[in-house]
Amino acid sequence: MSSVAQRASLDAVRPYGDHLDDGLVQLSFTLPVDHGPLAREAALALVRDKMGLIKPEIVHAKPLTPGYTYFVLFAQCQHAVDCDRLAAVRTATRAMSEEEVDAFVAERLGRPIVVIGASTGTDTHSVGIDSILNLKGFDGRHGLEAYHWFRAHNLGSQVPNTALLAKAFDVEADAILVSQTVTQQGLHLHNLTELVELVEAEGKRRDLLLVCGGPRITDELAKELGFDAGFSKGTYPNDVAAFIAQELAARERPPVDAAAPEL
Amino acid sequence: MRSKLALDAGLVRSCRAAAARVAAQVAEATAGRSSVAVERTVARMLGVDGVDPHDVPLPNALVDHVAELDGLPRGVAAWVGNAMVATERTAAEVAAAVGAGELSLGELPWAEREPIERAIADAHAATIAAMRARCAERDALRERLGEQARPHRYVLTATGNVYEDRDHALAVAEAGGDIIAVIRSTAQSLLDFVPFGPTTEGYGGTFATQANFRIMREALDEWSRANGRYVRLSSFCSGLCMPEIAAMGAAEGLDNMVNDALYGILYRDLNIQRTMIDQRVSRAVNGRFGIVINTGEDNYLRTADAIDAAPSVVASQFINYFLARDCGVPDAQIAIGNSFEIAPSVENGLLYEWAHAQLTRELFPECPVKYMPPTKHMDGNLFMTHACDTLFNLITVATDQEIQTIGIPTEGIFTPHIHDRVLGMECSNYVFTAARSLADEIEFKPDGFIVRRAHEVLREAHAMLEEIVEIGLFAALERATFGDVSRTLEGGRGADGIFDVASDYLNPLAGAVEAPAGV
Repeated sequence: MSSVAQRASLDAVRPYGDHLDDGLVQLSFTLPVDHGPLAREAALALVRDKMGLIKPEIVHAKPLTPGYTYFVLFAQCQHAVDCDRLAAVRTATRAMSEEEVDAFVAERLGRPIVVIGASTGTDTHSVGIDSILNLKGFDGRHGLEAYHWFRAHNLGSQVPNTALLAKAFDVEADAILVSQTVTQQGLHLHNLTELVELVEAEGKRRDLLLVCGGPRITDELAKELGFDAGFSKGTYPNDVAAFIAQELAARERPPVDAAAPEL
Repeated sequence: MRSKLALDAGLVRSCRAAAARVAAQVAEATAGRSSVAVERTVARMLGVDGVDPHDVPLPNALVDHVAELDGLPRGVAAWVGNAMVATERTAAEVAAAVGAGELSLGELPWAEREPIERAIADAHAATIAAMRARCAERDALRERLGEQARPHRYVLTATGNVYEDRDHALAVAEAGGDIIAVIRSTAQSLLDFVPFGPTTEGYGGTFATQANFRIMREALDEWSRANGRYVRLSSFCSGLCMPEIAAMGAAEGLDNMVNDALYGILYRDLNIQRTMIDQRVSRAVNGRFGIVINTGEDNYLRTADAIDAAPSVVASQFINYFLARDCGVPDAQIAIGNSFEIAPSVENGLLYEWAHAQLTRELFPECPVKYMPPTKHMDGNLFMTHACDTLFNLITVATDQEIQTIGIPTEGIFTPHIHDRVLGMECSNYVFTAARSLADEIEFKPDGFIVRRAHEVLREAHAMLEEIVEIGLFAALERATFGDVSRTLEGGRGADGIFDVASDYLNPLAGAVEAPAGV
């Protein structure tokens, strides 16, 4: 017995509420307009005429303070995407547990992987980098410090890019992990780009894996900025470890037949 | 307050005695020393403000100038007082002339001590009088308009632009918020100066400046008068300018300040001794001008496990409390921090939270304890975060917390948008109203989970405090006792701003650098 979703075609995918292709989406936003009929019409017009959604319905409207009104709306999206035409964005990393990563590194690299991490620039939050690197890890999964075949150095928060890089050379790191938690007006982009530029200026880009993470980071964004990978919320230490191990293995001993990796 | 947890009174007394000894040890270890931040605060308390032609704040220009003369051990007040006597200028005029490069304090002959001390005492008294007047005005307005029943809702704004923050603050007031705190721009805590004037560009928050304090307080005063309910304003006395920000807050009639003794050491890697010197003056100013200070133990549970680290939170609460008391802050102005940070997947997590929150409430019966929302495990699923916040709201009201930092559904995604706070307030309003008298109804089973857990945490906190007395707070910090973070006595930022005072050191902020009596 196949589910309705399995019967749907991947060449025209729309949001799903409770009927295939109903296109239902929920939105919430504030308009800088006093609460009243004008604000409601503005919200509907914006969704209907400018966002490309049909049948918008305001289910909740609330004045926040003079000049601002909050809306919750539902509407239908008529557009669809063709999944077959989307480029694969994530490198094919095989999911591995802590034990599997250690076994993989022992067999494929036969040496410990040195990683160094920090929350860079002015970012004061170390919660992200701590979850990935520190012994305790996150939600019951150990950080890289606990891995037998990893040597993890966590420099903490508010680390200048230059200091991070100097230390990376000092410990002969295989990979640099950068965390960016708080951001506004694209500050995290500046910090990340600067690191890539510094590494390139040293002529070391090919010798180092550059990995970044944070709530506003995607793998796509990371690659656009010149990193090898980016990780967002929902990432566990073993996900990062699996990527680093497999990527280093592929670089050090590329599979003979690239089309059929022996993973 | 009757103990619902049937705490061992002897054990509580012993915890208090140990923490008092730790605070006394700290005061002794830092006595006879001052910092550049303390000296800049002295300058502000003499009426120095503004910037020099290069936009350097005048308190910095003045203190840097005295430092270049190797004159800090006498106290910046001595140099300013001497110039006031010699040139018949005010302290502000002296600082402006120094900043403009028109006056070198080293070229003036030293006057007699007595007229210098008199000039300084007069200038200091004038500033104190102005601050007292502003704070009396604040107290009168608060008294006349009244506030809502507690728990008071403490809500953060963080747009980066003080004028946007003002609108966000008004939206919070409309939604029932009691205290507005403008989060500072990221890394302001590491600046060894306070920016000057209104600011419209910050990252992750808005710079704390005296002008920004005034803009926010004026808007809230206006709203409070129009709506017949007083709304408070808070900022952050933390980082390398802890005491200066306290002086600025007193000048503008702020109501609350985050003002933790250990936070900067642990989470901003500020030098231990610098922070201990600065927190003392900072808290003395806040205490004197009726400003409620918040401690930040909630942060430990973001970097350490919320169940394992519970005893360290209690140990730190005791130490923070006695460090504040040592600076003359009365109990009613010490908002001891605690938080709701246990992973949502933990079975009976709510019972643990109940035990921890009730324990904090009972250990500090005269303090307005402050409760912080879940953050560490909030993963971007804003609907789940809203659900967790609902239970957090329940514990807040059920354990008689007096200040609550509200939970916001978009926690962990970005600094809140204007409506996110209102959603958080709606949830808090709902639960507080629906469960208003719940605390009065509740008794705990004498041998039940909550009572046993509270006793266990207190016992372990006591053991930690005994150990800290033995090894000293500084060694305890090095051993990562708090928040799993280790700091060394000589490490960290700001150590170069500490100096030993000379025998003729002049500082009108009485008690600022002396050890407390009996040590």
